[in-house]
Amino acid sequence: MSYSTILAGVAILAVIAFVGGLVRARGHAAGPVKMHSQLGYYGWYAAVLAALPAAILITVWAASEPAVLSRLVARELPATVDTLNAAQHSLAMGQIQSISEGLPKLGAADLAIIKKARLGFTPVEEAQRVLKEHGIVLGSPPPPYVINAAADLTENRAISRYLLAAIAGLLAIGGLFYGVRSIRPRLRARNAVEKVMLGGLAAASTVAILTTVGIVFSVLFETIHFFQGVSPSNFFFGTVWDPRFSAAGSADTIGQFGLLPLLWGTLFISFVALAVAVPIGLMSAIYMSEYASQGVRDVAKPALEILAGIPTIVYGFFALITFGPLLRDVGAMVGLEIAATSVLTAGIVMGVMIIPFVSSLSDDIISAVPQSLREGSYGLGATQSETIKRVVIPAALPGIVGAILLAASRAIGETMIVVLAAGIAANLTLNPFEPVTTITVKIVSQLTGDLEFDSPQTLVAFALGLTLFVITLALNVYALYIVRTYREEYE
Amino acid sequence: MEHQVVHREAIGAEPLQPATIIARNVNVFYGAKQALFNVDVDVPRNAITAFIGPSGCGKSTFLRCLNRMNDTIPICKVTGKIMLDGQDIYDPDLDVVELRARVGMVFQKPNPFPKSIYENIAYGPRIHGLTRTKKELDELVEQCLEKAGLLKEVHDRMHEPGTGLSGGQQQRLCIARAIATRPDVILMDEPCSALDPIATAKVEELMDELKENYTIIIVTHSMQQAARVSQRTAFFHLGKLVEVGDTRQIFTNPRDKRTQDYITGRFG
Ligand SMILES: Nc1ncnc2c1ncn2[C@@H]1O[C@H](COP(=O)(O)OP(=O)(O)OP(=O)(O)O)[C@@H](O)[C@H]1O
Ligand SMILES: [Mg+2]
Repeated sequence: MSYSTILAGVAILAVIAFVGGLVRARGHAAGPVKMHSQLGYYGWYAAVLAALPAAILITVWAASEPAVLSRLVARELPATVDTLNAAQHSLAMGQIQSISEGLPKLGAADLAIIKKARLGFTPVEEAQRVLKEHGIVLGSPPPPYVINAAADLTENRAISRYLLAAIAGLLAIGGLFYGVRSIRPRLRARNAVEKVMLGGLAAASTVAILTTVGIVFSVLFETIHFFQGVSPSNFFFGTVWDPRFSAAGSADTIGQFGLLPLLWGTLFISFVALAVAVPIGLMSAIYMSEYASQGVRDVAKPALEILAGIPTIVYGFFALITFGPLLRDVGAMVGLEIAATSVLTAGIVMGVMIIPFVSSLSDDIISAVPQSLREGSYGLGATQSETIKRVVIPAALPGIVGAILLAASRAIGETMIVVLAAGIAANLTLNPFEPVTTITVKIVSQLTGDLEFDSPQTLVAFALGLTLFVITLALNVYALYIVRTYREEYE
Repeated sequence: MEHQVVHREAIGAEPLQPATIIARNVNVFYGAKQALFNVDVDVPRNAITAFIGPSGCGKSTFLRCLNRMNDTIPICKVTGKIMLDGQDIYDPDLDVVELRARVGMVFQKPNPFPKSIYENIAYGPRIHGLTRTKKELDELVEQCLEKAGLLKEVHDRMHEPGTGLSGGQQQRLCIARAIATRPDVILMDEPCSALDPIATAKVEELMDELKENYTIIIVTHSMQQAARVSQRTAFFHLGKLVEVGDTRQIFTNPRDKRTQDYITGRFG
C-alpha cells in the first residue's frame, strides 16, 4: 500500500468529517442558543481533527521508515558483509534497495525465478536478467544473500504500510467522531481553526528557514572536510589555481587551490558590470522618476524590467555568439587584442543584465523622496535639475547605494554568463581584454568532473561556494541595513 | 490697474502702500474640479496680508498660484491674471525660476533638506550666486538665522543636520532659508500650525520685523493670529473670495454675513 493511497483515505475521512460537522452545526443553528462561529468553521473544525493527527503521523512515519527498515535488513545480513570495504558495502546495500523496489512489479513466473535464485537453484545471472527486463539494472549479478535481504525488505515494507494505514485510519476515524460530536453552539470553532491556520503559516516559514540552515550546514561540513585535506592558507592566500585533475588520486600531489585568482576574476568582472550598470541604471531611474511623463513611464518601465526577466543563459549565449566576437573584431580594427571570452565581454553583458536591478530599485527610492522637499527647493528658485542634483539625489543616496550593493551581489553570484563568456582559465591579470575565470565557473567545472566525490578536487567546490555565500550574504545584509536606515528617515 | 480694488481704510489704520500683487479673475481647476472662482485681490507692499477661511476653501491653492508652485501639479490649470509689480507672472516668456526666487515660500509642514543647518540656508544663495566668498556666505547664513530668531539656539551646531531640529526650530529654519534668497514677497502657508505658543510668538514677532522689508502673505486658521499680525485680511469660502479689507474692519465690522459667521465661529 503506497503513501498516496493512505493519504487519499485520510482525505476522504476529512471530507466526511467536514460534511458531518456542517450538518451537525446546522442542526444546532436551528436551536435557541446563538452559534459562536459561522457554520463553515464547524465543518473545518471536524475536518482538521480528522486529518491533522493522521497527517502528522504519516509524515513522521515516512521520514523514519527507510532508516528503520534498513536497520532491520542489516541485522539479517551474513557476517561476511562486515568484512567488505566501504565502497563494496554501499554497493551491496544499493542493490538490496533497488531489488526490493523492483520485486512488487514482477509477475508470478518471474518471482518464481527470483525465489529459485535466492535458494541457489538457478544461477544468479538469471535473476539479474529477469530484473533487467523490468527496468532494474544491476551492475553485477546479485549474490543470494542480497536477494534474500531484498525479499525481506519488501515484506517488511508491506507490513509497515499496512500498520501505518491501520493506525492512521483509526486516528482519523477517532478524530472524525470526536470532532463531530464535540460540536456545540458555544464551541469556539473559529478560534480553533484560526489557530491551526496560524500553525500552518508558521510551519511554512520554518520550512524555508530550516532549508536555508540545512544548505548552509551541508556546505559547511563539506568545506570542513575539504580543509582536512588542504590547508586553509593554501586556499585563501594561494595565487595559483591548479587542482590537477589528472593527478587526482595519487597521494603526494593534491594540487593547488588558490582562491585569489578566482576571487579576483569575480571582482574584476563585477566591477566592469557595475561600471556599466550603475551610470545607465541611475540615469534611467532619474529620467523615469523625475522627467518622464506618465505615458512614457507606463511603457518604458515594464520594458526595462523585461531585461530582468531574460534567463541568464540567454545573456550567456548572446555574449558568446554575438557580443564577444563583435568586441574582438572591433578591437582588432583599432589595434587592440581582445579575446572573444574576456573580462570585458562578460562584464558588459552582465552589466546589461543588472541594469534593471539598479534602475528599478533606485526609481522606487527616488520616487519615495517626499514631494515637499522638491517643492521646498523649487520655492527657493532652483531649477529642476538643480533640485535633482542637490536635494533629491543626496536624499536618496543611501537607498541608491543599497540598490547598487544588491546589484553587486547579484553580479558576484552570477554563473551562466561567466561560464559562457569569461573563460575558464584562472588568471590573475589587470588586463580586461584577457579571459579570467570566476568562483562560480570553477564550482561548476569542479562538480561536473567525473571524480570521486570526496576528493579535494570536488570538495573545493563547497569551500568556494561557502566563500561566495559569505561574500554575497555580507553584501546583502549591508545593503538591507542601508536601505532600512534610509527608509526610517521620512516616516 | 484700471480696476484696482479700492482700499476701504478703517479709521486709525496706518496707510497702506500700493499693491505689489494684483490678481484678477483667477480661476483654478484640478482636472475637472474647480477650486477657485474669479478671485480678485490686491496685496499691498511691505505689509502682512492674511488669508483665512474654512478648510478646503482654496487658500493654499491661491497661495501656490502666486509663485506658480501649482505648475508642479500636472492636473492643475490656472486662468486669469496675476501681476507682480506690473508684470504678468503667467506670461509664457517669464522665467518661473526667477519668479520663485523673488517670491519665497514657507510651507505648512516644515521641510528642511536632509543637509546641515548651514547648508539648508546656503542652498538658495549658492544657487543664485548671491555671495562671492565663503566669508560672505557665512555672514549671510548667520544673518538669516539671527533674523529667524534661531541663531542663539543653533550657533554651535551649524553643521548638524537640519532634520534633527525640533518642529518649531525646523519651521524657523525654513523661514531663514526663505529670506536667504532675498525675495520681495514671502508666502507662508500656516507656518505656525505645528508650533507651540512660544514658537508661534517668535514667528509672529519675526513676521512683524520682516514686513519692514518684505511683502508677506500668511494663510492661517487662527483668527487671533490673523488679527494680531496682519494689516489686511482676505476671507475665502468655497473657492470664492468673499471679502477682503483692512484687518480691523474685517474683524470688527464685516460686510458679509458669511465672514461674520466664520469669525464668530458659527461655521468653518
Ligand atoms: N493636488 C490636488 N489635486 C486635486 N484637488 C486638489 C489638490 N489640492 C487641492 N485640491 C482641492 O482644492 C480645494 C482647495 O484646496 P486647498 O488646499 O487650497 O484648501 P485650503 O483652503 O488650503 O484648506 P486647508 O485649510 O485645509 O489647508 C479642495 O477642495 C481640495 O480638495
Ligand atoms: Mg492649505
